[in-house]
Amino acid sequence: MSFPWAKEYKPSHPFMVWMDEKLPLPRLVYGAVGGGYEVPRNLNYMWNFGFLAGLCLVIQIVTGIVLAMHYGANTQVAFDSTEHIMRDVNWGWMLRYGHANGASAFFVVVYAHIFRGFYYGSYKAPREMIWLLGVVIFLLMMATAFMGYVLPWGQMSFWGAQVITGLFSAIPIVGDGLHTWLLGGFAPDNAALNRFFSLHFLLPFVILGVVILHVWALHIPGSSNPTGVEVKSESDTVPFFPYFVAKDGWTIGLFMIAYSAFLFFMPNALGHPDNYIPANPMQTPAHIVPEWYFWPFYAILRSFTQDFLIVPAKLMGVLAMFASILVWFFLPWLDKSPVRSAKFRPLYRRFFWVLLVDVLVLGYCGGSPAEEPYVIIAQIASIYYFLHFFVIVPIVSSIERPDPLPFSITEAVLGSDEAAALEAKA
Amino acid sequence: MAHDAGTDTPAAASGEGVRRRDFINIAAVSAAGVGGIATLYPLISQMAPSADVLAESSTEVDISAIQPGQAIKAVFRKQPVFIRNLKPEEIKAAEEVDVTTLRDPQTLKERTKAGKENWLITMGVCTHLGCVPLGSGEGEVKGEFGGYFCPCHGSVYDTAARIRKGPAPKNLQVPDYEFTSDTVVKIG
Amino acid sequence: MIRIFSILAGLFFSAALAWSLLLGVINVSKDGLPHTVEKAFHEHPKELHLASDGFFGKFDKQQLQRGFQVYSKVCASCHAIKHVAFRDLEALGYNEAEVKAIAAAQTVAGKDPLTGAIKDRPGLASDHFPPVVYAGTGNPPDLSLITKARHGGAAYVYSLLTGYEEQPAKLLKQFPDAKTPDGLHYNPYFANLNIAMPAPLTSEGQVTYSDGTKATVDQMAKDVSAFLVWTAEPKLEKRHQTGLWWIGFLLFATVLAYMSYRNIWAEKKGH
Repeated sequence: MSFPWAKEYKPSHPFMVWMDEKLPLPRLVYGAVGGGYEVPRNLNYMWNFGFLAGLCLVIQIVTGIVLAMHYGANTQVAFDSTEHIMRDVNWGWMLRYGHANGASAFFVVVYAHIFRGFYYGSYKAPREMIWLLGVVIFLLMMATAFMGYVLPWGQMSFWGAQVITGLFSAIPIVGDGLHTWLLGGFAPDNAALNRFFSLHFLLPFVILGVVILHVWALHIPGSSNPTGVEVKSESDTVPFFPYFVAKDGWTIGLFMIAYSAFLFFMPNALGHPDNYIPANPMQTPAHIVPEWYFWPFYAILRSFTQDFLIVPAKLMGVLAMFASILVWFFLPWLDKSPVRSAKFRPLYRRFFWVLLVDVLVLGYCGGSPAEEPYVIIAQIASIYYFLHFFVIVPIVSSIERPDPLPFSITEAVLGSDEAAALEAKA
Repeated sequence: MAHDAGTDTPAAASGEGVRRRDFINIAAVSAAGVGGIATLYPLISQMAPSADVLAESSTEVDISAIQPGQAIKAVFRKQPVFIRNLKPEEIKAAEEVDVTTLRDPQTLKERTKAGKENWLITMGVCTHLGCVPLGSGEGEVKGEFGGYFCPCHGSVYDTAARIRKGPAPKNLQVPDYEFTSDTVVKIG
Repeated sequence: MIRIFSILAGLFFSAALAWSLLLGVINVSKDGLPHTVEKAFHEHPKELHLASDGFFGKFDKQQLQRGFQVYSKVCASCHAIKHVAFRDLEALGYNEAEVKAIAAAQTVAGKDPLTGAIKDRPGLASDHFPPVVYAGTGNPPDLSLITKARHGGAAYVYSLLTGYEEQPAKLLKQFPDAKTPDGLHYNPYFANLNIAMPAPLTSEGQVTYSDGTKATVDQMAKDVSAFLVWTAEPKLEKRHQTGLWWIGFLLFATVLAYMSYRNIWAEKKGH
């Protein structure tokens, strides 16, 4: 945006000129996702997930608003009103399955977006603020998704609410009082369901607000790129419109195909059968698990089975689970390597792939029953997770010798001869 | 779209190439538009009455117990409906009125089924602002014309449930109905 | 500075985990991996193929009607299907009059719209199936959603109905304490192997099918499983049809969008 060669918005129609004087909204859009935003030309497909995440947020807000027109947030009717949506409301089954699978799609896309950041060092200066806002968005998403899963008031809804709010009771001294206050009672009931519905409706709009800040912060330094080398000249960039509108556009098609395959042909594959059993406060299901996108963190929570020094196991698990995400806030300052992209960081790259496998293993264990061998495997995987972010990243960034970087993005794309020719022409 | 792309490319190959390109870009944007409109349809349609509401869109009422001069209030589409068995003198009173003097000119015959002129079936919703008029229940005020009286703003209906006095613009509405037997009427 | 704190915190969490891990490993090496009777003898559902499976799956209406007969004759004495309305039965191929007759044969507690009083009356097409009062102890689950509420779905229901057997001698030898308690029934497809429900389908011809199909136990179990797929997901056919059209359209649109993308990027080398 701030590059001197970025095209300025020049309205030609008299109405648009008038509009530009009174409310320069078209100018804003032009600068944000139009011809006025110059983007590195070498972005690969990992850079498409940001746009797709925005699409997911829109899908969730739109389907959510219409579902709220039919849903009843009362423990007497919540389950039945959900079935009413599935059976009697026109296209209700599609809206409900679209919303449930939309949540999963949102997390798939956002996890890809986050790991893109880990690999290409997108969190590094001058983009720390973008990263911090991104972690805030992720935390808000987790809260929203959790509360949304409670709303159908099935068995997993109820026991999920019981267990997750129970995390707060681990806090010393104030924990029990806080737990009761959060639920508005001693166990999840009408009070909890109603406030979860209210907050589940509110939070997506908070997310939308933070997303706007996230994009705003992005437009100050401009997008990063796979080489991690900053933009140097006009030949390094292309305008967002039409180039990246076309590239993002066609991957929207790919995304919609995958999402629709789940929605129409395996809508319950990612859910849990127990949530089709109405909530029963007197009987816990044999094997309770959260939705798949929480599994890695759930595995970390469950890995602490023994009191450690003076810290009880329960508190330790809760602390570790929060720490495992909150550490991301410090990542820009833990990783001191001047080189952004793992492409040119041979040592860090190896650890990155270990981390990816490690998180998948954690996810698998988190979705399995709390018994051996899964607990032991999860403990080993958790140890690596903490070592990776807290220890390995800071140390590797000090001792590693990075590979030589290309001179510029243009050189990385076209080879040095042609780049030199282009630069000479410019 | 293609126009903007063209500004970035020094020399567009040939005229025909440009046209083919434009065509594909326009087709892609159109397809996106069609997809967008297709997704709007369920979002709009979900607000229409759902299957359980539609299932209650017709009601069957047993009228065998209604004596001449009596009326009952039944429920049709979550609204009251008046079913009245008119006495011969009420029929006579209704037929004696000069139709041309009425605000909403209709004869009793037009408001009942042939051969069943004693059965007056109307919605129990005042055509003024939607209150439920009195006169169907035992001992309720029937108004000065012996039909129905709406207490909200004083509309008065006669024995054919036609508006005679007060602010209401129309006669009480006659819903679609048919006699499925001598004692059962299906409304809706 | 922040990195020193971070390394210390990381070592703290890792040490706590290592401590848990150490005690866990000691336990496992003492006791071995958990070995329970459920792990050893619980069986995965048998294979079951229904007309509603797959991308093009549609309901076999004849089979659904037979399944409804089995449900009405056998299951309905203990299990309700409260999310299903009588009017929904038209999807099984019954006409309006038949649906009315099925509804009228049931007694539902209706609310008088004028007085608000609850009183029994014959069912209407717009009513849902009434609750079933179960006389025995226990709580037979509502069956409307059962094929979505159990791992394995319809195959689970089918396997459970046909899976009753004597408790294997091998089981008692390995787990002498695991003898099926009195009043329960051994069934390897049930999660904890011992189910309160006695085998409901026991003899051929228990139901007389109106379409003349031979009512073997296997046939009845299949049919009622198919029926319960429908009660759980009555919109399945519409979902499949809509999905095929929509994904077909998306493929077309995506190819166009890809071509458009290639066009626009044509002059930008390297992409």
